[in-house]
Amino acid sequence: MPDPIPMPTRFGSSGQPVTRRDGVAKVTGAATFAADNHPNGLLHAVYVPATIARGRVVSMDVAAARAHPGVVEVYTPDNSLKLAGDPDAKPFMFAFRMHVLQTDRIAYANQPIALVVAETIEAANEGARLLAPVYEAETPRVTLDDAEGYKPEAAGFGAAETVHGDVEAGHAAAAKSVDLTYETPSQYHNAMETHAVVAEWDGDRLTLDLPNQAIVMSKAAYGYYFGIPPQNVLIRSPYLGGGFGSKAMSHAPVMLAIAAARAIGRPVKLMLRRDQMFGPVGHRGATRQHIRIGIDGDARMTVLDHHSLSATSTFDDFIEPAANASQGLYDAGALRSSHTGVRLDVGTPGPMRAPGEASGSAVLECAMDEMAEAAGMDPLEFRLKNYAETEPGTGKPYSSKALRECYAQGAEHFGWAGRPLEAGTMRDEAGMLVGWGMGTALFHAPMFAAEARATLRPDGTGLVETGAADMGQGAWTALAQIAADALGLPLDKVEFRAGTSDLPDGGVAGGSGHTATAGGALHSAGMDAIARLAEIATADPASPLHGAGNATIVARDGRLVVEGDEERGEDFATIIARAGGEAVVGTGGASRPPEAGAAHAMYAHGAVFAEVKVDPELYQMRVTRLVGAFAAGRIINPKLAESQLYGGMIWGLSFALHEEARHDRRTGRIVNGDLAGYHVPVNADVTGFDVITVHEDDPYVNALGIKGVGEIGITGTVGAIANAIRHATGTRVRRFPIRIEDLLAGG
Amino acid sequence: MRAFDYTRPASIEEAVAAWTPGAAYLGGGTNLVDLMKTGAMGPAKLIDLTCLPGLDAIEVKGDGSTRIGALVRNSDLAHNRDFAARFPMVAEAILAGASAQLRNAATVGGNLVQHTRCPFFQDGISACNRRDPGIGCDAIGGDTGSMAVLGWSQSCIATHPSDFAVPLAALDAVIEIAGPNGSREVPMAEFHRLPGDTPEKETALEPGEIVTAIRLPAEAAAFAAHSRYLKLRERTSFAFALVSAAAALVIEDGRIAAARLALGAVAAKPWRVAGAEALMVGEPPSPELFARAATAAMEGAMPSGDNAHKIELARRTAARALARAAAGTPAEMPALPASVFGDPAHA
Repeated sequence: MPDPIPMPTRFGSSGQPVTRRDGVAKVTGAATFAADNHPNGLLHAVYVPATIARGRVVSMDVAAARAHPGVVEVYTPDNSLKLAGDPDAKPFMFAFRMHVLQTDRIAYANQPIALVVAETIEAANEGARLLAPVYEAETPRVTLDDAEGYKPEAAGFGAAETVHGDVEAGHAAAAKSVDLTYETPSQYHNAMETHAVVAEWDGDRLTLDLPNQAIVMSKAAYGYYFGIPPQNVLIRSPYLGGGFGSKAMSHAPVMLAIAAARAIGRPVKLMLRRDQMFGPVGHRGATRQHIRIGIDGDARMTVLDHHSLSATSTFDDFIEPAANASQGLYDAGALRSSHTGVRLDVGTPGPMRAPGEASGSAVLECAMDEMAEAAGMDPLEFRLKNYAETEPGTGKPYSSKALRECYAQGAEHFGWAGRPLEAGTMRDEAGMLVGWGMGTALFHAPMFAAEARATLRPDGTGLVETGAADMGQGAWTALAQIAADALGLPLDKVEFRAGTSDLPDGGVAGGSGHTATAGGALHSAGMDAIARLAEIATADPASPLHGAGNATIVARDGRLVVEGDEERGEDFATIIARAGGEAVVGTGGASRPPEAGAAHAMYAHGAVFAEVKVDPELYQMRVTRLVGAFAAGRIINPKLAESQLYGGMIWGLSFALHEEARHDRRTGRIVNGDLAGYHVPVNADVTGFDVITVHEDDPYVNALGIKGVGEIGITGTVGAIANAIRHATGTRVRRFPIRIEDLLAGG
Repeated sequence: MRAFDYTRPASIEEAVAAWTPGAAYLGGGTNLVDLMKTGAMGPAKLIDLTCLPGLDAIEVKGDGSTRIGALVRNSDLAHNRDFAARFPMVAEAILAGASAQLRNAATVGGNLVQHTRCPFFQDGISACNRRDPGIGCDAIGGDTGSMAVLGWSQSCIATHPSDFAVPLAALDAVIEIAGPNGSREVPMAEFHRLPGDTPEKETALEPGEIVTAIRLPAEAAAFAAHSRYLKLRERTSFAFALVSAAAALVIEDGRIAAARLALGAVAAKPWRVAGAEALMVGEPPSPELFARAATAAMEGAMPSGDNAHKIELARRTAARALARAAAGTPAEMPALPASVFGDPAHA
């Protein structure tokens, strides 16, 4: 087992609830998002979406579109924009197959079938309308029953099947069991900022204003597709209005706009309309999950057997890894997660905030409650009965696991102790049905790879740089806090640069690993800069630090001092000045050594408790309290972390009660593809939320002890709300979102 | 977006004179502009009414009636204390609709002439007899959760989305209209039309006519002490009604002296049944009575697809709205207007 990583001993900026540094710029409109850019000579592009889900385009009135005043060019499969790289190949991670007009076949509604470029957005839109495509439509397959299943090679970015122990024996040994089928719908990321790009070419150099979650890594993708060296690509992504997994990869409409800019020789802007978000830019695929749990006479789980039938497109393979959410949490004697894919005429699903975990946890946590109910046990007691002290199946120790404390603190804060076992027995003073439910939250604590640079300037201030992405979660503030600590400087003496691809690779803002990864790199770079400065100082006979061993020197408030003898020290600027006035530059990187991951199971944990009220006759539902207690390692910025956790819990509420893309079975089109029809919670739905962060020191997960908080809030929450509705009404609804008519039918 | 002409007349006469076939009047624009973006509507000319003088007042006339100018903003009407005191369920209905931003922009006249939110109408792509008479109705056999259960036809199963229109119908509002052939008035009950074979005729307005005012008769204020609007919906705010009901009673000596009941989101117009109201008159308020009235109000309801649940939910919503009305209008507007969770106990 590797030694624990020494914890940094002094936190200055980090640990403080600093307000996000870009907040004022955002609320005053000063922050420039991608589509706010207007280079000289800008053209506007709109892509033309297919209005059928399966078939082919027979004809389009290209002449009419071209003739419209202001239209500059119309691209269709007949004069398609050729890419240097193959849009059907998948040469790197996060590469998805794209429809960039290479075929007249239609594989999903909203697939691009043409691109119209014009001098104004109005002319482009009108040109697009004038194309009036004629289709040869075929019967679309848009429900999970419309096609045969297939055995996938992978589920999401993980394994399609994982088995621990003897599953059949586990079933056979069960004294009681539940055998349940749940459905989750397709859901679409609807970041406030729709996908957008401003693309400008200068010879074979490409500048992209592009909201992007993987800023430096994406250079290689665009370099590949356009046949230019990655270093010729500059991506500027200072602000994102939300990403949620959708903005980590290249998407067809954006590719077409970039290609058009090159072909025409003028900068081109494209921004998706809201309805165009439903198809070409990924989504959370629909699932039908079959889950079986068995328990012995002592209510210990003999088996947890979770299968997901997950939808994907006809032309690519990402399937929602829902069943994998059952790994890592409960101490079942045998454990199986397995997946079947089903190919539908839909856009390819992709990672959407808590991919797999959201859909899978929703079903797992409902099933746990159904099992608890069958056992006649309190849901929390049943979960504690099956608490895993080591990772189920692998037997690995957890790097840290304060889940018991999450249960205890969450339950205490919520007042869970008084909960009656029987459903439908609680009412409020107005006669509303009241129900309490809970769920366990779990999310892995990954690290990716990142690099950073830290510069100590001659004036004693710091500059830290990494190509990190702030999707709105506050990464820039939290990362700057980490960097400031590493440099021993107050936050306002550190300039933080991120968000462009000409900086060191900040890694992917995704997987709840950005703060750990980019933060780790910044920490490392900062420590390197300090070590270099200390070398200069200790070698300088004029310095009070002369002769002090490097190892004993630390940075404090802009000075290097001898640890334990802080009177002996000197400020940065003085050291640098005497050494000739050259800035001191440190570099660093962060990633997790494979042996660390092999030695420990690493997860963030949490417990979510929900109170719902339901009208006993009209069945309108309202979540009136939602308490989440989370243990996610070291919290860098409590204000931002809590905001992330709230956001996840709101998303969980959205999953439980609102989000669903509904397909017209005749055309395959999504009939509620806008924010009036595709519901997410409004402010009035979000009341009575409380977040508790449970202290957790983790000496193994990474140098900073960070686990990440971006996605875990969704997990646990969906099940908690569904379980509370069951507890309020006595009706168990086994599909999401839970609707008024479902309760009417059950009541 | 198709190119269009734009004109901003200075008087009603100028506005009407500017109208030509294919033109559209523009109020707050919260519905029309959306439809122009989707391509569902493509007027050749927009006649912007928002600068017409004299249409933004709320006045009590000599005969005791209340006249609301068509350009009064939804939020201004709902937050007018005198108006809300006299017609609390109208204010409650307005505040149950859309969002604060939209209510600030939308005019009351525009609220009445807004179009259905049937997705097959709005998308500009599907077959829709409202958009293209005779072409067919793709809503039938499609996603029908929000569709009509009363008064629909094989031509159209869409519903009218307005909350505001529902209490107006219950209170016998009168719509004042100006047009190429002069001014006239239409009772609210006749303003919105059922689809029949001509769903494209959504209202009683003839080509070129404009709603200039909405008038509530003097006797409508008699219901102020017992009137509620109740809206069942999938989230607490900013959602169209699954079903809704406006209920108003006059209670004298423990008996119902007058009753009004209109249902929303069940048909192409606010749904009122005289017999359902009449059976309550002279009776003491009771849950049984309200259930009978609600059942009578929904008589003849038929699913237009996979939406039979709306029939039962509408009955229950109507009965509940009546019960709430009987319990008395709250002294203050509930924090969640028209909500199931809008009772003071949930404030």
